Amino acid sequence: MNLHVENISVELEKKTILRDVSLKVRSGEFVGLIGPNGSGKSTLLKSIYRALKPRCGFISLDGADVYELSARQSAQRMAVVRQESSIEFDFTVMEIVMMGRSPHKKLFQSDTAADSRIGEEALERVGMQEYASRSFFSLSGGEKKRVLIARALAQQAEFLVLDEPTNHLDVRYQLQVMNLVKTLGITVFSSLHDLNMAAMYCDRLYVLSGGELVASGTPEEVLEPGVIRDVFGVETEVVTHPGTGKKHVYFFSEAVSSQRQKVKA
Amino acid sequence: MRKDCKEKEGTALHKIKMPFLIVALLIGLVVSITFAVTLGSVEIQPSTVWKIALSHLPLVHPWIEADWSKGEQTIIWEIRFPRILLGAVVGAGLSVVGVAIQSLVRNSLADPYILGVSSGASTGATLVILFGAFSMYGQYALSFGAFTGSLVSILLVFALSRIGGQNSTVRLLMAGIAISAILSAITSLIIFSAPNEHGIRSVLFWMSGSLAGGKWEYLTIPTLIVAICLIVLLAQYRSLNALLLGEEAAGTLGINTVQFRKQLLVITALLTGVIVSISGAIGFVGLMMPHIVRVIVGSDHRRVLPVSALFGAIFLIWADVIARLAFAPEELPIGIITALCGGPFFIWLMLRSSYSFGGSGR
Repeated sequence: MNLHVENISVELEKKTILRDVSLKVRSGEFVGLIGPNGSGKSTLLKSIYRALKPRCGFISLDGADVYELSARQSAQRMAVVRQESSIEFDFTVMEIVMMGRSPHKKLFQSDTAADSRIGEEALERVGMQEYASRSFFSLSGGEKKRVLIARALAQQAEFLVLDEPTNHLDVRYQLQVMNLVKTLGITVFSSLHDLNMAAMYCDRLYVLSGGELVASGTPEEVLEPGVIRDVFGVETEVVTHPGTGKKHVYFFSEAVSSQRQKVKA
Repeated sequence: MRKDCKEKEGTALHKIKMPFLIVALLIGLVVSITFAVTLGSVEIQPSTVWKIALSHLPLVHPWIEADWSKGEQTIIWEIRFPRILLGAVVGAGLSVVGVAIQSLVRNSLADPYILGVSSGASTGATLVILFGAFSMYGQYALSFGAFTGSLVSILLVFALSRIGGQNSTVRLLMAGIAISAILSAITSLIIFSAPNEHGIRSVLFWMSGSLAGGKWEYLTIPTLIVAICLIVLLAQYRSLNALLLGEEAAGTLGINTVQFRKQLLVITALLTGVIVSISGAIGFVGLMMPHIVRVIVGSDHRRVLPVSALFGAIFLIWADVIARLAFAPEELPIGIITALCGGPFFIWLMLRSSYSFGGSGR
């Protein structure tokens, strides 16, 4: 599934949130979106998954304007794992996963044995099959995220949108979730706040700053101290990790380095 | 450790087989109707109840031997049956509309009257009772006045919540509260300036809700509306489920949320309006039943909707029995009974650690 975003601009309450953003995600790619808080990452994702219609521009999935699709058609093509909003009502894990079958169902149609199998397989792929009848509330943050990814899998969409999938997770779960997404073999577009995660997992990166795309390319091209200084306003040293061959970003803190100099003096 | 305890409870409850539960509740409903009909100032045998009921069915009645008196016939068929069936319909309807509105505003503390429907209905009914408005509709004047009032209030709420474009849940609730307050004030003003004491008592009685108006000719419309709305909601149980995860999440699961929410609003308004116009604003049923049912069957609407309807029907039948008999021959407004059950129930719910309003206790 190919995603094309062409020259979109988004305004909210007369404030421009995104200006003239264009990007492409090609079939099978894992593309990351990075940028500081408030740079418009979530807004861009919302525009793509139709929660926020851009003022102008064009977004298409395999050539079809996403805003011309029905909610159902779009959900058959694109699954979304958002940052978890507070859910007031408790469901079992399996019930949550089976909601992924909604876009494939008509009125009155209940889940068939085939649907149940799809749901079970999805849970198996995220390693949560033993939690099927557990209450969703009783799960940890990482487990919840994996269940939501299983729901996206049950949706059988070929394009997956993720909004900061590793947010609030412990490092072990961060790696677990990213490994899982990496091995799904479907097209992924994900916002990420952790630059090292982005470096490790993404095929390509887009950098958003103040509502505009300011850089794009492979992590090796994009993650360099000049870009990071301009966009995030921090000093870094970027090295290539000898073990993984991936870029690794070290951050410098003025407070800490000046303290050290003081100690030295 | 604590997590494990919670989990056990959750799974055990969810494992109750649906067909079994539905059949058990249907039997409970029939038994409740039977006993509710026998109870009252005149003692009647349960078998007589069904003989009289069956004697009114077209194909069966030649087989039934009429061994009851004319008086029993009148009491059972003309007075008690329609009233008890109305109780079942109203109880089912209020519970179903409670489920719908809680999904619509994504809050398990919402009740059917949160959008101001009952205040509007009260204003209409007060005008009818105290000043004889809509007298051209004869015996239907009260229902007509109440329904008009609820319609006006829901339209006002809807129009208000749409001002400024986005039709968000918060705006809907705020508009509901505002319109409720204004209409309640108007009702109080009308009562305050009322010409007679007796009328005021009737108004208070009506506002706490009562099934005393149950007659066969009032039964058809509410029954049809409740049945149709229940079927329409059941057909879209997936959308109701998805909406509980949030509007955006529901959108990504293929639900046209704008349209679906509008549809839910119409259903809520219609159901509540019809029910309130016939039985007054009976409180707590629409709030309480979905809660009880979620404790038993979880949040999946495929289960919550039918089970709530049956629970609500049975509950209101018995609440009405108490309202009729507690201070017989004087009759209590049924709203007093439902509130007396509902208050302690919520305290119990509050004190139960494993359940905190739909499970959001984190």
